Amino acid sequence: MPTKDDEPLDLLQGTLDLLILRTLIFGPQHGHGISLAIQQTSDAELLVEHGALYPALQRLEHRGWIAGKWGTSANNRRARFYALTPAGRKQLVRETTKWRRLARAIGRVLDTGPTEG
Amino acid sequence: MLRGWRSDEDFRDEIESHLALEAERLERDEGLSASAARLAARRRFGSVSRARERFFESTRWLWWEQWRQDVRYGARMLRRAPGFTLVAALTIALGVGATTAIFSVVDAALLHPLPYPDADRLVSVEDDLRSVGASRVGMSQPEWLDLERSGIFDQISPAWYDENNLTGGLEPRRVRLMSVAPNYFAVLGVAPHPGRAFEPTNRAPGFTQEAVISHGLWQREFGGRRDVLDRSIRLDTDLYRIVGVMPADFVPPGRTLEERNVDVWAATSFYGPPMLDHPPRSGRNLPGAIGRVKAGLTLAEAQQRVDALVASLTRAYPGDYPDAAGWAIRLEPLKRTVVGDARQPLILLFAAVALVLLIASVNVANLLLARATTRARELALRQALGGGRLRLVRQLITEGVLLSALGGAVAAAILVASRGPLLHLIPSSVPRLTTVGAGWRVYAFSTVVTLAIGVVFGVVAALHVEPLGLMHVLKQQGRASTASRRQARTRRALVVAQFALSVTLMVAAGLLLRSIADLVRRPLGFAPGGVVTVRTRMPYPNDVSIDLYGTPAQKERFYRELLRRLDGLPGVARAALGDSAAIPLDRPARDLMLRPVVFERQGATTPPTLVERASVTPEYFDVLGMTRLRGRLFTDFDAASAPAVAVVNEAMARKFWPGEDPIGRRVKLTRTATAWTTIVGVVGDARTASIDDPHVPQIFSSLYQLGEKHIAVLVRSDVEAETIGDGVRAQIRAVDPTLPVFGTEPLAAIVTDALGQRRFAAEMLALFAATALLLAGIGIYGVMAYAVTERTPEIGVRLVLGASGASLVDGIVRDGMRLAAAGGAAGIALSLGAGQVLARSIAAVPAHDTETLFAVPVLLFAVALVACLVPARRALRVDLLAVIRHE
Repeated sequence: MPTKDDEPLDLLQGTLDLLILRTLIFGPQHGHGISLAIQQTSDAELLVEHGALYPALQRLEHRGWIAGKWGTSANNRRARFYALTPAGRKQLVRETTKWRRLARAIGRVLDTGPTEG
Repeated sequence: MLRGWRSDEDFRDEIESHLALEAERLERDEGLSASAARLAARRRFGSVSRARERFFESTRWLWWEQWRQDVRYGARMLRRAPGFTLVAALTIALGVGATTAIFSVVDAALLHPLPYPDADRLVSVEDDLRSVGASRVGMSQPEWLDLERSGIFDQISPAWYDENNLTGGLEPRRVRLMSVAPNYFAVLGVAPHPGRAFEPTNRAPGFTQEAVISHGLWQREFGGRRDVLDRSIRLDTDLYRIVGVMPADFVPPGRTLEERNVDVWAATSFYGPPMLDHPPRSGRNLPGAIGRVKAGLTLAEAQQRVDALVASLTRAYPGDYPDAAGWAIRLEPLKRTVVGDARQPLILLFAAVALVLLIASVNVANLLLARATTRARELALRQALGGGRLRLVRQLITEGVLLSALGGAVAAAILVASRGPLLHLIPSSVPRLTTVGAGWRVYAFSTVVTLAIGVVFGVVAALHVEPLGLMHVLKQQGRASTASRRQARTRRALVVAQFALSVTLMVAAGLLLRSIADLVRRPLGFAPGGVVTVRTRMPYPNDVSIDLYGTPAQKERFYRELLRRLDGLPGVARAALGDSAAIPLDRPARDLMLRPVVFERQGATTPPTLVERASVTPEYFDVLGMTRLRGRLFTDFDAASAPAVAVVNEAMARKFWPGEDPIGRRVKLTRTATAWTTIVGVVGDARTASIDDPHVPQIFSSLYQLGEKHIAVLVRSDVEAETIGDGVRAQIRAVDPTLPVFGTEPLAAIVTDALGQRRFAAEMLALFAATALLLAGIGIYGVMAYAVTERTPEIGVRLVLGASGASLVDGIVRDGMRLAAAGGAAGIALSLGAGQVLARSIAAVPAHDTETLFAVPVLLFAVALVACLVPARRALRVDLLAVIRHE
């Protein structure tokens, strides 16, 4: 479990979208699976609020980046599985690049101090 | 791609499945009991209903909800900057208001001048004699019947405008009468109410003795009483029965204001007394006709069939239609006939007002850009927080539309409130003035314009939202927020465009005003000062046996008696009589005053040529102060019984007898005349026929000899017009109490009116130009003020480092003036083109004018200088300490 001053980070909306797309690159997954995957791959740094996940999925599906279909889970439960569409794949590449640039820029600003910039 | 909405139920199922999966995981991984696991799963999920709410929003209500947010947010932004909002909204109100006002006139007068059903099929049928260059020469009765039987028209009716004397009331009135075929109202597709129209198929000889009156006459003369139907009235002493009243909103088609203000319609078959029993084919005594083209025929097809008809008639009646005349019949859309002269000035004004709107929009766009810069951080932040760029653009567009809607609402309120006074500004010769401003088209136009500029504002602002706004803003964190170079460039370009457009408008206004000043200054060739005109008219009874003024001798007796009495009136220096063409510049439709003249050449006669002709008594030239150049003018001895004589003006002499002496030459002044008229004198040219053209050929005949029934009294005196008018009225009544007396007007006022439409166009254009200049001034002020604010730190530092205030002001002003100069230069180039267009479309307007081209830039630089100096001086008052602390 995380310690007190190392609480999980809240996710900004745009970021959650990016993470969902990223998770789906390994194949179709249902909502529960996606939340677990994000939590695990981020070493429990990022906590996905389950209640926020589904509207986000809905939004992405609406934009045509993912496609949802009812299916059966590994332990034989009915669940809605989401798959990345070609448009979603492109969006993921775009968002990833953008995010990396932003992160780099912020990192530089934070690292170099006030004399520069 | 079509993606169906998911149902709420489906979404609930998905959440249920998630909860089950999570509970299972908790049971397995954390060893919770089944019930505890379910509870924990629910806890971790948060509010299921909230999630469903969000789902709901994200689907059906997303768009609506976001839009409402945008509007709320936009309204908050506008409220937070009341100064900006006020200036922007008023600027938009000015632009939209002016444009809507002019559009409402254009809509009524140009786009929809004919308020009749299927008006597109209505044509005006005109006879031309192409080989002699004459148009609208009139139609003969047989030609009308040929056209009626041709199968080209559903209905066709001649329309013959005339004045008439209405007697039987308190005093004789002159009314405007339209003699028409009985099917006239069927052509237009309108009907009287109350009452009925004429029996459309009645083709009995002469007039039907039934009259349809206008709503206006019904109210004026008959107090709007219902029992007006079946009442008898006397028109030119003939008895008529009123059978119908046209509705108040009916305006008959007509080329002139008079023709659109008809009081009475009378129906006739156009043959039989008072007209000829067998009107000849070459008679052309009907001025023209209006027709309704058969449904399914295009105008071009109808014209083709008319041409074929004309060709076959020309072959069948070679004597009536000589090749030398080149007879043709032209179908002109009735709309064009009615709009006539009002077209050019209205189009010009609409173009001008569109420019004003453009300039106003540029101003507001500029203000918005300046604000977008200060809002860069807010926008970048919103973007970083996941607001998509599209959403931001939508937000900006919403704000733009809110702003323009506010301005549009203000404009609409002002226009609705001031409709009456505004309508008075428009000359009454513009068709359909009464309907201006009403109607959904005007509202639709105004709404579309308002929305469109709002969207443009939003898009312009959005173009400057950086795609990676946060980075940009973070990088600039250390400094005061700075406009990007791109924005500054755009704003400067906009100011340059503004100045260019303003200069164009100003030069155009200058040219028009200049042309009017020139016309006013140039000698008229006659002296209108102190001359008063009064009109009267002798009746033309259908029953010629009761005509008191049938013979030239009878008329001459009236003229001489009236003149004798007028000479005795106190204050009258000189009195003259003439026909209605004798009043200078009093021609609503000039070509109606052209009359055919036949010349004698080597003993033979020429085909008739149309020339301006007026009949006058000998005193006329003296009253108007026109100068005799050669020969003699008329005398009292040029009576009905004496050999016919005429006087021509210099232009006429030059045109028809170049290099020869016209005196002693002979002409015939009517088509039916048998005797020759000899030219006895030449007078100097005067602008009596046209204010623009001093050299219109004119021929004057002796009123005693030609005996016209439409009489103009011209009196030179030093007494005021009204007193003279009363005196003249009394004297006319003393000679014949049944004659109407009307149209008392100083000649000077008639001359001024001749400039009316042009003056209106020039004044409006000047107003628009002044507005444009003001807006451009505000625009450059805005940009310079913003630049100064932006550079405050820099200016502060420079001041601290010892730069002189003067040099700083100099730099800022120089910068602003560079923009003004660029705009001015572009504007001059544009206005050279605009001048060409103006000169081509309006007579006597110079294409360019050195003084205007010099004055406009001077004015422009003066305004720009003031607009730059104010912010520049403010820069000097920069609080140095504050600036330094800030850095």
